[in-house]
Amino acid sequence: MEGQTTSVNNRDLEPATPSAPPALHVRDLTVAYHRKPVLWDVDLDVPRSLVAGIVGPNGAGKSTLIKAVLDLVPHASGVVEIFGKPYRRQRRMVGYVPQRESVDWDYPITALELVAMGLYRKIGWCRPVSARHRRRALEGLEEVGMADLAQRQISRLSGGQQQRIFLARALVQDADIYFMDEPFAGVDASTEKAIIAILQRLREQGRTVFVVHHDLETVHEYFDYLIMLNMRVVAAGPVAEVFTPQNLKWTYGGRLTLLDRAVDAIGQGSR
Amino acid sequence: MLSQLLRVLSLADYNTRVVMFGTMTLGIAGGVVGVFLLLRRRALLADAVSHAALPGVAGAFLLAVALGGSGRSLPLLMLGALTAGLLGMACVMIISRFTRLSQDAALGIVLSVFFGFGAALLGIIQKMRGAQAAGLDSFIYGKTASMIRSDALLIGIAALIVILVTLSLFKEFRLYTFDSDFAAGDGWPVQRLDLLLMTLVVAVTILGLQAVGIILIIAILIVPPASARFWTDSLRLMVLLSALIGALGGYLGTAISAIAPRLPAGAVIVTVLGAAFLLSMLFGPCRGVIHLALQSRALKRTTLRQNLLRALFECEEAGALHSEQQQLEYLSEIRGWSKRELRKAIRMLARSGLIYRVPGCPWQFSENGRTEAMRVTRNHRLWEVYLLEHADVATAHVDQGADFIEHVLGDAMVAELEASLPRFGRTLPQSIHGLTRFNGGSDG
Repeated sequence: MEGQTTSVNNRDLEPATPSAPPALHVRDLTVAYHRKPVLWDVDLDVPRSLVAGIVGPNGAGKSTLIKAVLDLVPHASGVVEIFGKPYRRQRRMVGYVPQRESVDWDYPITALELVAMGLYRKIGWCRPVSARHRRRALEGLEEVGMADLAQRQISRLSGGQQQRIFLARALVQDADIYFMDEPFAGVDASTEKAIIAILQRLREQGRTVFVVHHDLETVHEYFDYLIMLNMRVVAAGPVAEVFTPQNLKWTYGGRLTLLDRAVDAIGQGSR
Repeated sequence: MLSQLLRVLSLADYNTRVVMFGTMTLGIAGGVVGVFLLLRRRALLADAVSHAALPGVAGAFLLAVALGGSGRSLPLLMLGALTAGLLGMACVMIISRFTRLSQDAALGIVLSVFFGFGAALLGIIQKMRGAQAAGLDSFIYGKTASMIRSDALLIGIAALIVILVTLSLFKEFRLYTFDSDFAAGDGWPVQRLDLLLMTLVVAVTILGLQAVGIILIIAILIVPPASARFWTDSLRLMVLLSALIGALGGYLGTAISAIAPRLPAGAVIVTVLGAAFLLSMLFGPCRGVIHLALQSRALKRTTLRQNLLRALFECEEAGALHSEQQQLEYLSEIRGWSKRELRKAIRMLARSGLIYRVPGCPWQFSENGRTEAMRVTRNHRLWEVYLLEHADVATAHVDQGADFIEHVLGDAMVAELEASLPRFGRTLPQSIHGLTRFNGGSDG
């Protein structure tokens, strides 16, 4: 397709090891629910050590893309590789923050116990969570500024606090590549700032983070790399290259009010 | 009668002890597995599986008779039940996977069709060999009195295995019942864990066939954990309590059934469990009905108290009051309180020494009262600004009852809020509601 920008221009982002395999490689990924395709022929090659936004209108398949990469929904076709190897062999390098609404917040556990779940694969089958692991989970809570609420029942946390402990659970997974499904949905301003600080720290540590995102106005500020999705990949690449009015139009179609605001955002970003 | 009861309850004879071991272990197994079943929200699947077991029982009996056996061997009947139960579960999964019917429809179809078929087979059996087949009824409502020692031992040991397996996978079950997507992304074989949990559920169902019966077995899987949930927010304690309640059900059910063999054991066990549930629902400290009622009453009182403190303080700010009569009129006008409500609230404040009155004059704040009123008023006003300016995010933060707004929102946010309000005096931000009606007076 004309005007589509693929991520050939990765050298800016990864000058040190040009030959290293990309953090995420996706080829011909197609996902269908009940014979209706949700994602068509997705191709991606995303370099490592960056924060990548995934944007697109409702129903564009943003969450489905993450779930398909993580093998949570069956693929009709396609290949997914993490750091050059099939996903199934790289599971231990992957961390995941599901949508907050996807779980029952009335479940009888505390914030600390929830965060400790991120350590389960290190602990291994049938072994209990030890004091050492609880200390590590508490550190995770500290990183998101929630240490004082460690013993609180999860149902008694606010939306932003719930999102923070989800993030803390992913942090203690100690993964090299993270997939976060709408971590900013319904959070307060201070939580949003805290999450952004964590994303930047993860990138500085050389990790790669994928974030499903809704707010086009903050794209420039939050991300290095952008995947614009509308059932297929409209554009993927460094934000400065792909976040253009033309691509936005292809991604969002005729939703003009949104577009105008986004174009303003682009203007701000390039200033 | 009484001596017989004591004899049973104190497990005086060996036979009772063995049967008791079987049913109590079964109750514990049901309670432990049931916690995860409940949290996984699969309760009805278990119900369908147990009902689907009936044709298996009848089929196994017919087969045994056809091969020349007696047909009354419990392990054989259980095997039949297990086969049919698993077949029923597979049917549910196939129907909901390959058609567009929802799972509850699939459950209803399997439950009724299998059970109906089983009932038909049972009818045939009873017609053909009256005496020998009579015992099969006990599989529908349960009968511990007819349990022989080796059966009880088999049930008990199998239930013990179920308990051990579940407890050793406590962590894994907790993870996948809470967040199966995360578990799968983390590399756990979620589908196999799901299958294992369902297998454990089927196992409890089959083991409970004789003691509790097909129709009521679901109760020992659901009622104990549902009761336990009222007492605790900790999964560990919930499992422990659920196991205890299950054991109690097994114990009393067996005892009563032994004394009155005509009473179906399943019905007795379920009645005991039902009583435990009722008590838990009423008195449970976590989400019990009484606890919630008390909590809501306390909340009402706090709200009334805070609103009155604020209203009195704002009257004082407006400074337009000269008599108690005038004050009361203003107060009921501001808040729309009835006279009775207002008197009650005033008495409450007066009793705690926050306000006092010189006869004939308006109510006055005591030293403590003024501090408290200022704190409440400040909190309320700041929350109001917060809601106005940050209405788009997280209204879940708003907690007017919090001692200090800073505890919830942090100092920086509060400073920002305070800055956005016109200040009143030296310590309080001005109300954004504004008491225009009373603003004639001095500036306090």
